[in-house]
Amino acid sequence: MKQLLTLLLLSGMFLHASAQSLTDGVFMDKKFLCVGVQYNHDAWEEYWEGDLLRKNGNIGTVSTQSAAIMANYGIFNRLNVIAMLPVVWTEASAGTLTGQRGLQDLTLALKYKAYETAVLGGKFSAQVVAGASLPTTNYVADYLPLSIGLHSKTLFGRGILHYIGEKHLTFLLSGTYIARSNVDIDRTSYYTTQQIYSTEVEMPNAAQFAFRGGYYSFRWGAELLAEHNATLGGFDIRRQDMPFLSNNMDATRVGAQAFYRLPFLADLQVIGTVMQTVQGRNVGKSLTWSAGVTKFFGFAKKQ
Amino acid sequence: MKKIALFAALFLAASFAFYACDKEITENLTTLNQLTPANQDLNAKNWKPVVLLTPDEVALAAPTAANSAEYTQEVADTKNAVNNATAAQKEAIAYWSAGSVLRWNEILRELVAKHNLAPAPNADNTYSFPDANNPFNYPTFPFANPPYSARAYAYAAVAQYDALVAAWHYKNLYNRASAYNTDASIAALVPKNALPGYPNEDAVAAGAAFVILRNLFPGDTTFINEKVAEAANYKKWAGAAVSSDISAGLTLGKAVANKVLNRAKADKMRFAIGSATIWDSLTQSAVIRGETPWISLDSPKRPPMLPLFGQVRPWLFAATDIAVVRPAAPPSTKSAEFQAQLADVKRQCDPNDREKMRIVHYWADGTGTYTPPGHWNYFAAELVYKAQQSEVRAARTFALLGMSLMDAGITCWDTKYFYMVPRPTQVDPDIKTLTGVPNFPAYTSGHSTFSWAAATILAHIFPADAANLSKQAEEASISRVYGGIHYPMDCDAGKFSGQKIGGFAVTRAQTDGAE
Repeated sequence: MKQLLTLLLLSGMFLHASAQSLTDGVFMDKKFLCVGVQYNHDAWEEYWEGDLLRKNGNIGTVSTQSAAIMANYGIFNRLNVIAMLPVVWTEASAGTLTGQRGLQDLTLALKYKAYETAVLGGKFSAQVVAGASLPTTNYVADYLPLSIGLHSKTLFGRGILHYIGEKHLTFLLSGTYIARSNVDIDRTSYYTTQQIYSTEVEMPNAAQFAFRGGYYSFRWGAELLAEHNATLGGFDIRRQDMPFLSNNMDATRVGAQAFYRLPFLADLQVIGTVMQTVQGRNVGKSLTWSAGVTKFFGFAKKQ
Repeated sequence: MKKIALFAALFLAASFAFYACDKEITENLTTLNQLTPANQDLNAKNWKPVVLLTPDEVALAAPTAANSAEYTQEVADTKNAVNNATAAQKEAIAYWSAGSVLRWNEILRELVAKHNLAPAPNADNTYSFPDANNPFNYPTFPFANPPYSARAYAYAAVAQYDALVAAWHYKNLYNRASAYNTDASIAALVPKNALPGYPNEDAVAAGAAFVILRNLFPGDTTFINEKVAEAANYKKWAGAAVSSDISAGLTLGKAVANKVLNRAKADKMRFAIGSATIWDSLTQSAVIRGETPWISLDSPKRPPMLPLFGQVRPWLFAATDIAVVRPAAPPSTKSAEFQAQLADVKRQCDPNDREKMRIVHYWADGTGTYTPPGHWNYFAAELVYKAQQSEVRAARTFALLGMSLMDAGITCWDTKYFYMVPRPTQVDPDIKTLTGVPNFPAYTSGHSTFSWAAATILAHIFPADAANLSKQAEEASISRVYGGIHYPMDCDAGKFSGQKIGGFAVTRAQTDGAE
């Protein structure tokens, strides 16, 4: 197992902790704090223009990197509060367009374990997450694919079904609904499927379905991930047009995640994730990897 | 702990407050009041048309007599139409009664934005050109880039202007009352006025739009036909026009527009794309002068955009006088002065300056937009609406603006390919741009030339807005330096040409009988 872990780490399987505590089934105990930092790297050369997969010599490979700080605090054993804030920077490998960088959106959420029961020697729980995100700066959103975000305020609700068995086998299913506010842009008119005379862009809401399953113990864990992100509305990028905020962006991604708590560093957790977009619409066919470290503060250990 | 929970709850509550549950967008200049001009410009029968030699060059038969049984029946039909107006017809009345000319300009801007997409490269890194005879085949016709759209705005407006001057001639000549003035019991759904009804001005404008727009956007005939059917007939549903007012209007509008279209067919636009030989000779002409010639920064390299658009026939000056409006030669690409210009671009282009980014993006009017000429048509629409100009005067405003913008395009494109000045990023690849680099040479700036030509003629027509229009033109120009795609000298020279062309339009405006 250690060999496998080493292999995973060496092959760049680092994490995507960004949303980790927002999407996993794990809780901090009361009065315990977990603080983490995470680096994220996303890159694509091919993208879907509507449903046409193509490359574009005027942008080459588009990479989006971010560094986020995140915190998860146990208000009660069954109620956690989670916060996250990333700084994001973008770059295109070809063409003339400049990249962007800046502080992006602050996410804050409450996670509640609504129900828990013993099943087959393990624990099954139903959890809910309710949260919001707000842009922290006046970054330019109408500059896709090189803007650092969409500058929409969001409210999201997530339902999680989580099981962890006696032998540390675990699986999770989740469904998320994301309500997105309209966005103000610098232009006074733009074309979607018709000409609109406003600085305001109507943002369709979005949804996500996710599955994860694998091994989870105190010392280490490794899971396979699959998710489908869907924009509930929006329109396709036209042939040879620029992408736009209110495009119908869909992405199906698969990947894996692993973590290890370093016994010689007071159980500092290192975590890595890799995700590949396998199918999409109006998004890049991206490979995303991330790496993070997480430190727990408190007198008891997590879980 | 409780404080944290409280804070989290407050954050969520605040987010809810920020979050607009009602996502419907209120658009500018779309839901408008019905047009009520203080002056219907009855003397427009004496205004000077652009293409027509005289307002009566196209003949229009006299209407049936006011006391004829035929006319009485038509008035009764109109009254019946008002009483039975459907919801869709009332919606059409609400839309078109803001002003037909205003709405046609809006529709044209939408068509331009729809078609302002450059062809994607082929698998072998070549590019195909749109074909007017196969508008649905990819790349679809047209590619409504800035020169194409400047020309479209001009012809659509000139055709409507000439057709409405002709219409005002026949309105005065035949002096047939509007339906609601013939039969006072008609509960008209539009404001009443004393303008004679034959031919109906909305049908005239629709007939002109029918001819020009279908020619410029042959793939959108179904959409255009639907709009024409609404625009031409809504005054009957509203109780202002009878059927023969409308059919005469459509006939006259189409006939005049066909004369304008004949000018378009002979204005050399069809040669503007050039050929591989011509593209190469443009490059060689710069090499022979010892200059670094412009090359396409697109990947794969794209043929230059409409390099012979500078030879298209202008409206406001003789083609042979192009040298009068063409600015002086820019400094050599080898000169210290040129290096200073380049350094200035580097200094002014700052991706971390949010206000500059706003200016760049507000004015970019690039891919998928109504283009810079469209932006100035939009400004004109706001001014025309605010002033409540009569249909014929609104058409004159758009015609003067359209001719200025097209001539600005002609002059600017002539200058661009005459000097072949490379873009800043070609000379110094370290210059990253805040917006897309257009696929044609730098000197002079299209934004600057278009904007100063437009601001000059609009300031003449709307003197109270002169200061603001100049400010807008200044910002449109500098936005291209902030964006890293133009040298300051491109903007200065564009202003020189633009103001000259705008001045020609002012001269025309002062002598066309409308002032």
